[in-house]
Amino acid sequence: MVEFYGERFTSRLILGSALYPSPEIFKRSAEASGAEIVTVSLRREGARERAGQQFWSLVQSLNVRVLPNTAGCRTAREAIATAMMARELFETPWIKLEVIANDDTLQPDLFGLVEAAASLTGEGFKVFPYTTEDLSAADRLLGAGCEVLMPWASPIGSGQGLSNSGGLKTLRAYFPGVPLVVDAGLGAPSHAAEAMELGYDAVLLNTAIAKASDPQQMAAAFAKAIEAGRMGFEAGLMPRRDMAVPSTPVAGTPFFDFGHA
Amino acid sequence: MNGELTETRAKTLAELCAALGYSELKIATARNGDFVPAARRAETLLAEQDRVEIVAPRQGG
Repeated sequence: MVEFYGERFTSRLILGSALYPSPEIFKRSAEASGAEIVTVSLRREGARERAGQQFWSLVQSLNVRVLPNTAGCRTAREAIATAMMARELFETPWIKLEVIANDDTLQPDLFGLVEAAASLTGEGFKVFPYTTEDLSAADRLLGAGCEVLMPWASPIGSGQGLSNSGGLKTLRAYFPGVPLVVDAGLGAPSHAAEAMELGYDAVLLNTAIAKASDPQQMAAAFAKAIEAGRMGFEAGLMPRRDMAVPSTPVAGTPFFDFGHA
Repeated sequence: MNGELTETRAKTLAELCAALGYSELKIATARNGDFVPAARRAETLLAEQDRVEIVAPRQGG
């Protein structure tokens, strides 16, 4: 079980709802993933197209907890206003807080992020900040009232996996009691397993599943990898060594004393 | 309105939403960059050059 802001979940996969080939494939992928939390966003609505209304009906049919994001916001002020619109729209105090610094990397603006997080927690929001593995940013976010941290693995949508696994490992070691979610940059089930083996509490996925040739099957594959990685972490990984150590007993090896030319 | 110049006779944000056909829809609103709760749309007066956002749920990662 994993706990976010006092609520417990069995699945450690948080699923994004964007970029699927069709609403039907998204629905089937969400079901195959076993995700109990799905991220959503908000965008300008045309009164004629009503795209948002149809999407909302689909999300409601999934019977999941929604985690709205502030994707695309470039300043704390924009993110705060977006979070407030999201709270009313989705009727939840949960917010995946994104304040984006740069279009090429989509990396978080950590200064704007901390500013927005402090303001939103003061307004009663349960903030899930999209951050980096930076320790001082993590400290500031926790000080601002965040009870979850979501560091990136690599840039959003890049599928590169854990580009700084040492940094993520350090973050895990520094904040053993804080729920940590690897958010962004995972491309393969093995990347998710690696994050879970580091002791991360959950992973947030979108592009890796939505852009697979078969999203439904990839969702199931990630679910298995996440479960396997978590089980591996809980079982305790063996210490890594620089040199080989034989697994078969050395004593009693035939021809041991023959010498080898 | 949502980034486009829009002529309207609506005096309030609530009137604007109704005039444009949003009354029955699941939306949230902002005026000049600040969130306006649904309950305050009727008392939110509009002025020339105001920037209004009307948003709805959408796919997100």
